[in-house]
Amino acid sequence: MIRIRRCEESLVEPILRDEVKCPVHLYSGEEAIAVGVCACLERTDYVFGNHRSHGHYLAKGGAVGPLIAEIFGKKTGCSRGRGGSMHVIDPEIGMMGSAPIVGGTISLALGAALASKIRKDQRVSVSFFGDGATGEGVLYESLNFASLKKLPLLFVCENNLYSTHLPILECRINDVIHEIGKPCSIATCRIDGNNVIEVYETAKDALDQCRRGEGPVFIEALTYRLRGHVGPDDNIQGTHTDIRPAEEIKEWTRRDPIQQFERHLLTSGMITLSEIEAMITEIDSEIRDAYQFTQNSEFPQPHELKNYVYK
Amino acid sequence: MSTNKRTLNYALAINEALHQMMEMDDSVFLIGQGVKSPWYVGNTARGLLQRFGPDRVIDTPVSENAVTGAAVGAAIAGMKAVVIHPRMDFMMYAMDPIINEAANWHYMNGGRASVPVVFWGVINRGGEQAAQHSQAIHAFFSHVPGLKVVMPATPSDAKGLMIAAIQDPDPVVFVDDRWLHYNEESVPEDAYAVPIGQGAIRREGEDVTVVGLSYLLPEAMRAADELKKEGISAEVIDLRTVKPLDKNLILQSLYKTGRLVVADVGWKSYGVSGEITAMVAEEAFRMLKAPVVRVALPDCPAPASQSLEAVYYPRCRQIIDAVLKIV
Repeated sequence: MIRIRRCEESLVEPILRDEVKCPVHLYSGEEAIAVGVCACLERTDYVFGNHRSHGHYLAKGGAVGPLIAEIFGKKTGCSRGRGGSMHVIDPEIGMMGSAPIVGGTISLALGAALASKIRKDQRVSVSFFGDGATGEGVLYESLNFASLKKLPLLFVCENNLYSTHLPILECRINDVIHEIGKPCSIATCRIDGNNVIEVYETAKDALDQCRRGEGPVFIEALTYRLRGHVGPDDNIQGTHTDIRPAEEIKEWTRRDPIQQFERHLLTSGMITLSEIEAMITEIDSEIRDAYQFTQNSEFPQPHELKNYVYK
Repeated sequence: MSTNKRTLNYALAINEALHQMMEMDDSVFLIGQGVKSPWYVGNTARGLLQRFGPDRVIDTPVSENAVTGAAVGAAIAGMKAVVIHPRMDFMMYAMDPIINEAANWHYMNGGRASVPVVFWGVINRGGEQAAQHSQAIHAFFSHVPGLKVVMPATPSDAKGLMIAAIQDPDPVVFVDDRWLHYNEESVPEDAYAVPIGQGAIRREGEDVTVVGLSYLLPEAMRAADELKKEGISAEVIDLRTVKPLDKNLILQSLYKTGRLVVADVGWKSYGVSGEITAMVAEEAFRMLKAPVVRVALPDCPAPASQSLEAVYYPRCRQIIDAVLKIV
């Protein structure tokens, strides 16, 4: 979680300085969901993300260097400078891709789960999407089909209460999302997405069910963006583009998933403050190396424009 | 290619391609509406369910977006997916997984993942089915970088291009036409691929080049027969692949004839016939001895009534008239 947070926060200044040109959706505040779920996955299991997927990539085991290089449009980026922040991928660790068409990757995860069922290879697939994606029809088609075919698929709805800038009750008739799984006979639950232990335990049970061939599970994880929807203005709280109430932001800041987990570990004596500090030092050094790697990397050359249109 | 041939119709030639590819490669599977139902997809899926079982021959709810996306996702995860849309009008519901996801996937991920999927759409025209059961939307797909689009006109090519489409590492849109399903010819028995991106000269000629696509290829052949009686020698090209376009084959023929008629099964404006005409204008303007003439659907939705269908769909007659304008 700390690696994701430090990585995301390291991007704020470059975004504000306009050094990062591509749209960046920071995952700060939502780390417990990616970490709690991915901690239950094997390397060979599949994850599909969305527009806000740096956290999914890192939690699944993606390296920091290629992520930062991609965000800066470099040739050494995880998508070789063709994708930017919204297309982070590393198939070798099961991070199968991410895309900003809202709901667009849900059916891809459905298909990866279908592939596993056909091959009987015991892999599971995870689809991470936001509350905004509940407005897309493909989600409901996918719920039905996944349940009908008992596919090993975990739907993870990261409900951060806002669909871009629109509060959830302005785009949905109610704010209880997980119940949309029920008409399709899918086991569902709503959890505190800022409590990494709760996420981990829920995901573990859910993924066990998927692996047993009992069909998909739907988890709604309540959370909150500690940054805005997308930078630069919006990534700073209190500017005109972030219309969320100051009090609400303050309340959710108190529920920061990393601080909560740290408190838990410290009070139960499982870790010491100096161990946390050492961890942060190590992570910061890794991030510094990633920026150095990015700085030393070339941009794709103009004559390479059409590489990768076809295989 | 085996010399051992027997007669097969177009639909059964596709069926044979599917049988052979599913037999040879466990990662090939067929998904879409009606694969269990003979009346829905003609004979193209005959015997597949019995032979390969419901895990690899998957009939689906009418959920084109999710089902097509599932085919794309399965392909990203290492399968070779064939997703059928028995009426290609319904592919409009699946434009997101086809275009936003599959077509862009390899590029926007810097070549880290490819999408070996076949989007199989059937043009279902005629029979008073009206505007939503008749559309030929191959030009939409041909517009998009990252997709390949094939439209076989003969049974042998239907088999060979289905095999090539399944073997291809990129997303391929395979478009057939119900009007072709019962055409028969001798088809090789072995599993052969017809290369994507190569047209074929079906008939050699001197006076005019007629490029025909899909159901208009047999019509172009009949037109050439008729024109011969009037002393006009037409060279007939079967386009076979719409994208990538076999420019050289067209240009070489045009070098010989200097006159071009393009017969496309889609609408006239902004379509395949316009693309070929523009390509010729850019690359071979000086070869042209006369203006290019296009035969295509009028810019009008497909009608129901047979009296209107009769004027809506071009046939041999319109191709002959087009040739006579410039020869």
